[in-house]
Amino acid sequence: MSVQIMTYLFVGLTFLLYITIAIKSRAFSTSDFYIAGAHVPPLANGLATAADWMSAASFISMAGIISFMGRDGSVYLMGWTGGYVLLAMLIAPYLRDFGKFTVPDFIGERYYSQTARMVALLCAIFVSFTYVAGQMRGVGVVFSRFLEVDINIGVLIGMTIVFFYAVLGGMKGITYTQVAQYCVLIFAFMVPAIFISLLMTGNIIPHIGFGSELNPEYGGGYLLDRLDGLNQELGFTAYTESIRSKLDVFFITAALMLGTAGLPHVIIRFFTVPNVRAARKSALYALIFIAILYTTAPTIAAFARTNLINTVSNVEYNEMPEWFKTWEATNLIVFEDKNDDGRIQYLADPEANELTVDRDIIVLANPEIAQLPNWVVALVAAGGLAAALSTAAGLLLVISSAISHDLLKSNLMPQISEKKELLSARIAIFFAVCIAGYFGINPPGFVAEVVAFAFGLASSSFFPAIVLGIFYKRMNKEGAISGMLVGIIFTASYIIYYTFINPAADNAEGWWLGISPEGIGTLGTILNFFTAFVVCYFTAEPPQEVQAMVEDIRVPG
Amino acid sequence: MKHTEKDSPGYWQENIRILTILMSIWFIVSFLMGIVFVDQLDNIRFAGFKLGFWISQQGSIFIYVLLVYLYLKAMDKLDKKYKLDDES
Repeated sequence: MSVQIMTYLFVGLTFLLYITIAIKSRAFSTSDFYIAGAHVPPLANGLATAADWMSAASFISMAGIISFMGRDGSVYLMGWTGGYVLLAMLIAPYLRDFGKFTVPDFIGERYYSQTARMVALLCAIFVSFTYVAGQMRGVGVVFSRFLEVDINIGVLIGMTIVFFYAVLGGMKGITYTQVAQYCVLIFAFMVPAIFISLLMTGNIIPHIGFGSELNPEYGGGYLLDRLDGLNQELGFTAYTESIRSKLDVFFITAALMLGTAGLPHVIIRFFTVPNVRAARKSALYALIFIAILYTTAPTIAAFARTNLINTVSNVEYNEMPEWFKTWEATNLIVFEDKNDDGRIQYLADPEANELTVDRDIIVLANPEIAQLPNWVVALVAAGGLAAALSTAAGLLLVISSAISHDLLKSNLMPQISEKKELLSARIAIFFAVCIAGYFGINPPGFVAEVVAFAFGLASSSFFPAIVLGIFYKRMNKEGAISGMLVGIIFTASYIIYYTFINPAADNAEGWWLGISPEGIGTLGTILNFFTAFVVCYFTAEPPQEVQAMVEDIRVPG
Repeated sequence: MKHTEKDSPGYWQENIRILTILMSIWFIVSFLMGIVFVDQLDNIRFAGFKLGFWISQQGSIFIYVLLVYLYLKAMDKLDKKYKLDDES
């Protein structure tokens, strides 16, 4: 069977599975729709949270980014997993005890203010839209590369599938499809990793292969030593050495961690379990399931880079294997024979370098580069789609509940009946899917940059407001609102300045205090905390019933 | 039954103590071992790894899983001590 037919088969089968689950788990009440009736068992929630969190970027791009950044790629590995520790210990159990539907719900009630609720609502919608556009694009990319479907038709197919199960089942449908999607994506991620580790080091566990000696046909010696050597021969920094300043690495890692802990689509997953203990337990499950992918990604990065350099460096262009030509057709690999010697020179020096490799190649083409069987290639396509669709669905639900619950029910139309609220949630998801699809088809040129924005915003607004709301009883609405505003405005201005107003200064010399826009969310978070404390000190303490509420959520039951 | 801080005196203080210990380990592993002192740790080698590099790409993640596991166990014990494990 050809790769293409097999890919159609795998993608078709997984889509059929998602649709079957959606029909079986329809939502009948707003509680079903927003939080799956709070009946999700911890293990299922752990699986769903892992799929919710791991996006098209985690699956398709991350290993590639690490492959090209080497040591400096660690910021993503530590940042996107370390944030879970914060989430598991400082946020999830308490918000579960609070027991409402959305993150703006918590902010609004804890800070007894509709203004606070609205600020939180706007942040939630902005962060979620930023993210979802990238997911829809990811769906289109997978379709176009593996199935030779037009990228826009790919986006439309993805929209239809997500729309179908999100509208029918709300959180209930999303949860159980995410469980299935996790299984698909982790299988698709692990199989090529195991194969390539076996091929290059003879070790079946990639984590051990990562620290092992290479088979003689790959040059022998320890993998990482060999890779350091290859990198240096070609003029790159050694793979295990850092280029970025320690200060910047520190700030970026912290910003990604704080942002992870403040992302509303991840937080609301913990509203879906029955009680506090289940919330703690599912946080552990989620982290384990995420860790499986995140500890494998750096191994793929190192294997694939070694293999890539071995295959292409200083080899005749005419001798390139078939995959090279296939991916050239998609422009993910570009070869330009600058010195007309018919050989490929892959070098750090931009003048002499003849090969441009898109970072996504590392995961997408890895099975072909390592000459793995066709079904593995097909599996990767299904896995990429699962990763993108599961995250998109979780984000769309945040947008929908922000509008139907926080804006309509809690603000504009408190008298609305449950039936109408449910209907408006479904309509909201419909519009959200359309807008997300629009951005997927016409991606704003700055999608990559705005991801930094989403994390910076989530960390500098939500994280302090939520944590102070739980751990500092005296925090009042004046402190929290002014903290959120200072945090967001500072972080947003810094990122906007360096990405849109003065991109020429976006380098280590131009940055203020040497902190990149990716890492500035950490400083925004610190400013938020600081402002909140100062303002709170000079204003009245919160009402007794709010303080009683804090005392209640601190203790389970 | 609804529980609050008032009817379980001492619970919150013990909770904070558990968090302080675990979060300190989290900070030391991520920021001190994984970033600030990573070059010094790189001088130590095991198998094909430099220790600092391994911590920042894999070791830290294993420690995170362990920390959340320890948190779960410690909180279960605490809930039992204060008889809050009735899951009402």
